[in-house]
Amino acid sequence: MKAIKDYIKRLFLLELRDGLKVTGRYLFDKKITVQYPDERTPQSHRFRGRHALRRYPNGEERCIACKLCEAVCPALAITIEADHRPDGTRSTTRYEIDLTKCIFCGLCEESCPVDSIVETRVFEYSGEQRGDLLMTKEKLLAAGEQLEKQLAADKALDRAYR
Amino acid sequence: METLLYLIITLIKIVLIVVPLLLCVAYLTYAERKIIGYMQVRIGPNRVNFSAIPGLRKIPGFGQPIADALKLMFKEIIIPTNSDRFLFVIAPMLVMAPALAAWAVIPFSEGGWVLADINAGLLYILAMTSMGVYGILIAGWASNSKYAFLSTMRSAAQIISYEIAMGFALVGVLMAAGSLNLSDIVAAQKGSFLHWYWLPLLPLLFIYFISGLAETNRAPFDLAEGESEIVAGFHVEYSGMLFAVFFMAEYANMILISTLSAVMFLGGWLSPFEGIELLLGENWFTALLIRASFLWLAIKISLFLFLFLWIRATFPRYRYDQVMRLGWKVFIPITLVWIVVLGVAILAKIPPWFA
Repeated sequence: MKAIKDYIKRLFLLELRDGLKVTGRYLFDKKITVQYPDERTPQSHRFRGRHALRRYPNGEERCIACKLCEAVCPALAITIEADHRPDGTRSTTRYEIDLTKCIFCGLCEESCPVDSIVETRVFEYSGEQRGDLLMTKEKLLAAGEQLEKQLAADKALDRAYR
Repeated sequence: METLLYLIITLIKIVLIVVPLLLCVAYLTYAERKIIGYMQVRIGPNRVNFSAIPGLRKIPGFGQPIADALKLMFKEIIIPTNSDRFLFVIAPMLVMAPALAAWAVIPFSEGGWVLADINAGLLYILAMTSMGVYGILIAGWASNSKYAFLSTMRSAAQIISYEIAMGFALVGVLMAAGSLNLSDIVAAQKGSFLHWYWLPLLPLLFIYFISGLAETNRAPFDLAEGESEIVAGFHVEYSGMLFAVFFMAEYANMILISTLSAVMFLGGWLSPFEGIELLLGENWFTALLIRASFLWLAIKISLFLFLFLWIRATFPRYRYDQVMRLGWKVFIPITLVWIVVLGVAILAKIPPWFA
């Protein structure tokens, strides 16, 4: 009996008709395309984009050269060299993130005890030369200064969960 | 002198058929991308704004086929070192030429709107549509590439198998109409839309259309192309305009198969509203509905073309043995049985078709 039923199903293309119905219905469905440069999807405040180094409101660098980020980085993308400054405080003399190695896991941000290294919402960047994707300390600090308002707001949003 | 005039007039007629046909081919690619896009909940090409008439509102994406054609024209044609240069270059033309030549016998409208009103029209069509496979065979052979050659083998076996079912479907039409001339076939279907051959020849219509899918190497029978298995099949090695010619031939063949289905099964340029003046009285509206013969043909062709695209958006590709099973073990027996049924129906003079 089942064999006959299956045969009739196949002969009269019943299953094919069901398939056509599905695509026919989607023809009139609302389209979900986001036309990227003109339209954008919403971003989370935990978005992990290109990095930045933050400063305290008085202008002092947050980074204390503890090297936790360097230690935790699974891609070995961070290189830090530290020294004492004339006033005896520890600070980095070199802080570099190689974006060609970075996997944007966010562990550096997670490990930072002073909220110094952060990942910003910037994801549309490119480099024309190899060096362009090596974030030096100057570049990171400049990015931090430029985006400080946004970064502080994002950190405040996340405070309750830490 | 008279011969020269005849030649010139024929040439003008050919241009009048081929130029709109190629435009249709260009915009069929646009329609395909749009419709399949919509079925996949995307919006399809919308970046090249263009309007057909200057001054009119520009339609997003409407210039896409033109942009594509320009791009392909400026691309380099790469001929592989180990290929057979001569065959490699003529293969696309061998695919394109039959696809265009078959249009000579298509009746477009009432009153002899046909380039060559020959009596063996159906045979000519059959011959021309089978010619296309030689181009594919030669392309695969001349490329001297494994993938192209595999595709060629598949394509040859597939097209030969489906040719038989297609031929039998045409035999059904020939029996019903009693003529090989396409204009006569359309005229034999005169009456309301119930007089058209889609009703008595329904299984043959399905088989003809599905064989047409196989014959034009369209999804779900696109084994010859099989992007996921053999890269792009017989045209892997082609680039630039040579590739574009293959592409255009495929779409020209789609339009051809749709037109033939419309002519042989849906009454060609006959209006579905024939006899409406008895209901609504004779006025300009009913006259338009009945006399707009080319328009009706265009609508019927569009219907079949939409079906081509709809099927492509819906079904996955057949496995090779399934394609062969469908062709030999399903289609050929059904057509044979239906030809016998048809013979009995014609002998019994069943109205309204065979009275």
